[in-house]
Amino acid sequence: MDSIIQGKAYVLGKNIDTDQIIPAEHLVYSLSDPEEVKLYGKYALSGVPIAEAGLPEGNRPFVENGKFESEYSIIIAGPNFGCGSSREHAPFSLQVAGAKAIVAESYARIFYRNCVDGGFVIPYETAEALNKTVMTGDELKIDIDNNTIENLTQETAYTLKPLGDVYNIVMSGGIFAYAKKENLMSS
Amino acid sequence: MAQTITQKILARAANRKFVETGENVWLNVDILLTHDVCGPPTFDIFKEKFGSGAKVWDPEKIVVLPDHYIFTENEHAHRNIDLLRKFSKEQNLPNYYDVGTDRYKGVCHVALAEEGYNLPGTVLFGTDSHTCTSGAFGMFGTGIGNTDAAFILGTGKIWEKVPESMKFIFEGQMPDYLAAKDLILQILGDIGTDGATYRAMEFDGSAVYSLPMEERMTLTNMAIEAGGMNGIIAADNVTEAYVQERSGKPYEIFKSDPDADYHSIYRYRVEELEPVVAMPHSPDNRATVRSVQDTRITKSYIGSCTGGKLSDFVMAAGILKGKTVSVPTNIVPATVEVAQSLETELVEGQPIKKILEDAGCTIARPSCAACLGGPSDTFGRSEDNDLVVSTTNRNFPGRMGSKKAGVCLASPLTAAASAITGKLTDPREFLR
Ligand code: SF4
Repeated sequence: MDSIIQGKAYVLGKNIDTDQIIPAEHLVYSLSDPEEVKLYGKYALSGVPIAEAGLPEGNRPFVENGKFESEYSIIIAGPNFGCGSSREHAPFSLQVAGAKAIVAESYARIFYRNCVDGGFVIPYETAEALNKTVMTGDELKIDIDNNTIENLTQETAYTLKPLGDVYNIVMSGGIFAYAKKENLMSS
Repeated sequence: MAQTITQKILARAANRKFVETGENVWLNVDILLTHDVCGPPTFDIFKEKFGSGAKVWDPEKIVVLPDHYIFTENEHAHRNIDLLRKFSKEQNLPNYYDVGTDRYKGVCHVALAEEGYNLPGTVLFGTDSHTCTSGAFGMFGTGIGNTDAAFILGTGKIWEKVPESMKFIFEGQMPDYLAAKDLILQILGDIGTDGATYRAMEFDGSAVYSLPMEERMTLTNMAIEAGGMNGIIAADNVTEAYVQERSGKPYEIFKSDPDADYHSIYRYRVEELEPVVAMPHSPDNRATVRSVQDTRITKSYIGSCTGGKLSDFVMAAGILKGKTVSVPTNIVPATVEVAQSLETELVEGQPIKKILEDAGCTIARPSCAACLGGPSDTFGRSEDNDLVVSTTNRNFPGRMGSKKAGVCLASPLTAAASAITGKLTDPREFLR
């Protein structure tokens, strides 16, 4: 796993639930067939009401109509990101669309676990509400080893909360890779 | 050291005497639940990680209950059922409940209870966020994603962080105009959709223990709506009677120590509470029904794991008896057993089914149906600018179908009263 993540910000509000991340009608596609998997990218974050998509202005879909990938790789959001259902399709669709990390004030437990154990995107927490200052399209840089995030566009920097217990699982790339390394899968 | 019921159950599953809140522990799983949406991807991950010829850790402990997208023409949805069927056959899973056979049950959380899988003291993980429902049986139940489920399939183990607990005490005698749904919506309004994130929600008090199992399940079902890891109610003689009727398996009853530590304790007297709704678009957007009673609705929906149990329809029938609905009213029994009971159970001398049909309701076959929107041909799906009063558990934007529609979460009493008037209506208007 690289220790630097750099890319454009996509800013959202609070309580972004899994129906907004990937609406239920799209849960039927295969998660292994490469052609169908692309559809998860196409519909990532398509359930967010358009006025709240890509703050502060809104009306900026995460994935442009007709495309399968997003131009944004770091999602910035308020508290309780990923609340709602247990669908792992949610962090998966963000990964397929090209997201690398999320920086939110807090997460719903199942979504957080899914991000980490599936190795899809890194779920960072911040004490400050970054979605109040970062604007969609800003260029951001996350330094994983130093737990910092820089806003290169606005020339500001913030501290990320340490990943703590899950750091090793994140750096291994998911729970299976971690379990193999730690010999937990012999049972 | 004093422990909560949740700590004690997790300690048992970790082969320990004591576990501390905040520590990550490896647990031995008693039951793994999956369904048609998350089963196929879970099986894919299992095969990819453990090898195509791998065998699951214990076929007896895996329960596969298709329920989400059942009565639809959607071919992807049908393929998912085929994949469940194939995997269950290949792995000789005795607890697969196939669609289109007389083994089909319906909504997984209600079926788990009916089929005797819920046992006090045990640990259940499921690929569905409402797996917390089973906590009504004095057990630990929580939702996980597919990767975690695939890990359990192969190993029977999973890590979990031992949660802090919040306690919600309801004292007093439940008035006839209140349902468990009003209690949990009250809590959600008080603590918010992230008020219990990563914590256990423990329910206690004389009003809680006066409730039948089905109503207790409505309380624990919506723990996840506050971000809770699990909801839990210690087992009592009501629990034991239910469990003994449905399962011959041994179980162990745990209770919180009187001096256990809690993150916070909330106390309520039920006589002081009112019927409430959660207005769009969040389950914590609470209002008393009276304060929004002029709000016009376009549909009423009574169904789902939280609001489609027999007790929910008994309550609805009590209101709808001899009345006519003025908006389309969709009834979705959670399971086949509930659907059958609608024909045999009587309210004021009449079968519930007849009361609902005479009132003008449409009754669908058991499944999740429009609780989560689903494919475009799903029964009861919201359209355009619908405003639906619903006994389901979530009302985020687009949850029941249309992105423009709104959902007002309410008890079956309120959903039935509102169906008659076409406006949000306090059930007391029909209970006098
Ligand atoms: S009824 Fe609704 S909440 Fe319950 S399991 Fe089905 S989709 Fe989920």
